[in-house]
Amino acid sequence: MIRFITGRLLQGILVLWVLFTLTFFLVKALPYGPFQSEKAMPDHVKAKIIAYYGLDQPVSVQYKRTLKNVLSGDLGLSTRLEGRPVDEVLHQAFPVSLQIGTLAMVLALLIGIPAGVISAARKNSSIDFMLMTGAMIGLCLPSFIIGPVLAETLGRKLLWFPVMGWAAGEYQFLILPVVTLSLGTAAYLARLTRAGMLDTLSQDFVRTARAKGVSGVVILIKHCMRGGLVPAAAFIGPAYAGIISGSVVIETVFQIPGIGRHFIKAIEAADSPMITGIVLLYGSFIVLGNLASDLLNLWLNPRMRNAAS
Amino acid sequence: MAEKIEKGISLWSDAFQRLKKNRAAVVSLFLLAIIMSSCIILPMIPGFLIDPNLQNLMLENLSPSSAHYFGTDHLGRDIFSRLMFGGRISIAVGLITTMVSVFIGVIWGALAGYVNRKLDALMMRIVDILFAMPFLIVVILLRTVLEPKTTQLTDWVVNLIVTDGASVERINTVRTAVEPLCSLIPLFIAIGMLSWLTISRIVRAQVQTVKKLEYVEAARSLGLGNVAILFRHILPNSIGPIVVYTTLTIPSVMLFEAVLSFLGMGVKPPNSSWGVLIEEGASRMFSNPMQLVFPSVFFSLTLLSLNFLGDGLRDALDPKSSKD
Repeated sequence: MIRFITGRLLQGILVLWVLFTLTFFLVKALPYGPFQSEKAMPDHVKAKIIAYYGLDQPVSVQYKRTLKNVLSGDLGLSTRLEGRPVDEVLHQAFPVSLQIGTLAMVLALLIGIPAGVISAARKNSSIDFMLMTGAMIGLCLPSFIIGPVLAETLGRKLLWFPVMGWAAGEYQFLILPVVTLSLGTAAYLARLTRAGMLDTLSQDFVRTARAKGVSGVVILIKHCMRGGLVPAAAFIGPAYAGIISGSVVIETVFQIPGIGRHFIKAIEAADSPMITGIVLLYGSFIVLGNLASDLLNLWLNPRMRNAAS
Repeated sequence: MAEKIEKGISLWSDAFQRLKKNRAAVVSLFLLAIIMSSCIILPMIPGFLIDPNLQNLMLENLSPSSAHYFGTDHLGRDIFSRLMFGGRISIAVGLITTMVSVFIGVIWGALAGYVNRKLDALMMRIVDILFAMPFLIVVILLRTVLEPKTTQLTDWVVNLIVTDGASVERINTVRTAVEPLCSLIPLFIAIGMLSWLTISRIVRAQVQTVKKLEYVEAARSLGLGNVAILFRHILPNSIGPIVVYTTLTIPSVMLFEAVLSFLGMGVKPPNSSWGVLIEEGASRMFSNPMQLVFPSVFFSLTLLSLNFLGDGLRDALDPKSSKD
C-alpha cells in the first residue's frame, strides 16, 4: 500500500518534470518574446531589462537555473507584471478559482450521483429516459453557452443574481459560475454512475439478495452502492482537476479575477515564469486528483487492493 | 428468396440492423446528414449565400428576414452564411483532427498491445504522463508555436500544385484556395497530438485480447510475419471499438476547438468557426440574444447527434455492452 502510494508520487514528480521541461521549451519556441508589446524603448534599456530577468543567458543555463529555483520553491518574477513574484500573483488568484471549482465539484456530485442511481434503479422508465436525455444535453451544451444564457435569463431578465463580477465573501456572485461549471461534470457523473450501478445490479449476489427477500432500496443502497460507484470514483479526481483548470472559460464569461485571467495574458506576453507557475499548479492538481481517485477506488474495490499490494 | 438464404449476416450488416432500431441514433444520423451536407454544399452554389465576410454597416444587427435568414451581426455580415462557412471549419477541424488522433492512437495502442511487455509498459507510461497534462495550456502553447510555420507551409503547398511558369493570377487563385486550410494545420496538430490517448488505451486492450485467439496462432504457425498478423488479422478484428471511439472523439475535438476559439486562441480571422460565432454572440448577448442562439443551436445539435450516434454504434457493435 505504502509502496503503491510512493510509486504514484514518484510518477507524479516525473510528470511534473516532463511538464515543466515541455512548457519551458515551448515558451522559448514562441514566435514572440516578452517585452514586445510594450512601447518602443531604447535598446540599452531593453537589454538591461532582459539581463535583469536573466533572459540574455544561453537557454540551457536558463533551464538549469529555472529548474533549480522551482525545486527550491521559487517560481520567479512575472515579466508581464513588471517583476511581481509569480507566487504572490497565484496566491491572490488561485483561492478564487479553487473556491468556485470546489463548490462546482460538490454540486456536480450532489446532482450526478443521485441522478445516476435513480436512473439505474428505474432502468428504461420515463424518469430514466428524462434523466439520461438531460445528461446528454448537459454534456453537449458547453459552459460557454450555458454561462451567457444563464447570465441573460436569471441575471439580466429576472434579476435574481448579478450578471458578472466578483466580491470576496459575497455568495450571490458565486451561484451562476458554480452552476455553469458543475453541469457538464454532473452529466458525466450521472452517466458513469448509471453504468456502474447497472453493472453491479446485474450480478449474481443481487439476485441472491432478492431471493432472500431483501427490499429493493436496501439492495440498492447497501449492496450495490459501493461497487456501483467505482467508475464514478475513478473519474472524481481527474474531474476535480479538470474543473479547476477548466474554470478559465467561466472566469472569462463572468469576469472573475481567478487564475484564468492571467493564463491567456501570460501566453500572449510570453511570460515564461507565470506560464510555468500556472502549468505546475494545474499539473500538481491533476497528479493529486488522480492519486486521490486511485485511493478512493482501492477503498471501494477490494479486488484492486490485492492487485496494488 | 434463394439469394437471401445464401447471404450470411456480417458484423456490419448485423450492427446496422441493430442501429436502425435505435431511434435516437437514426434521428442523429439524419440531423448530421442535413447539417453537414448543407455546410458543405450550400457554399459551393454560386450566388446562393452572401459573402460571409462582406461588411455592410447600413445593415448591422438586423432581425431575421427573407434577405438574411438569420439576420446580420454587428458588422452587417449575414449570419446564415457565416454559420455555413463557419460550420465547414468546425466540421473540418473535428474530422481531420480526429483522423490525426486515431492514426496516432491506433498505431501506438496496437504496438503497445502487440510487442513485448517491457516496451508496452514504457509506451503506456508515456500515455499516463500525457494524460496528466493540463491540455488547454499545452494545446494553446503548441498551436502558438506552430502558427508562424503556416506561411512556409502555404508556399510549399502552392509550389506543389502550381507548375513552373504559371501566371500570377493562377498562383493567387491557388493560394486563396489553400490558405484557409493551411492556416488551420497548427490547430489540427496541436489538438490531434493530445487527443489520441483514450483511443490508444482502447486499441491496446483490444489487441491484447485478440492476439491470444486461436486464429492468430494459426496464422503464425502458417509462417505469417508480425506486421502482416497485426495489420491483416488483429486490427481488422478490433475495428468495432475503433469506430465507436472515432465517432465519440469527433464531438470532443469540436468542443475543444470551440473552447479555444471562444478564448481567442483557436480559429483566427478571416476564418471563423462555430466557436468564434458563439464567442461573438455571447459578447453581444444582452442587445442581440439571437446572435448567440443560432450558432449555439447548430453547434449543440451537431455534438448531441454525434454523441447519440456514438452511443448507438457502441450498443450496435458490441451486443455485450448493451445489456441495459
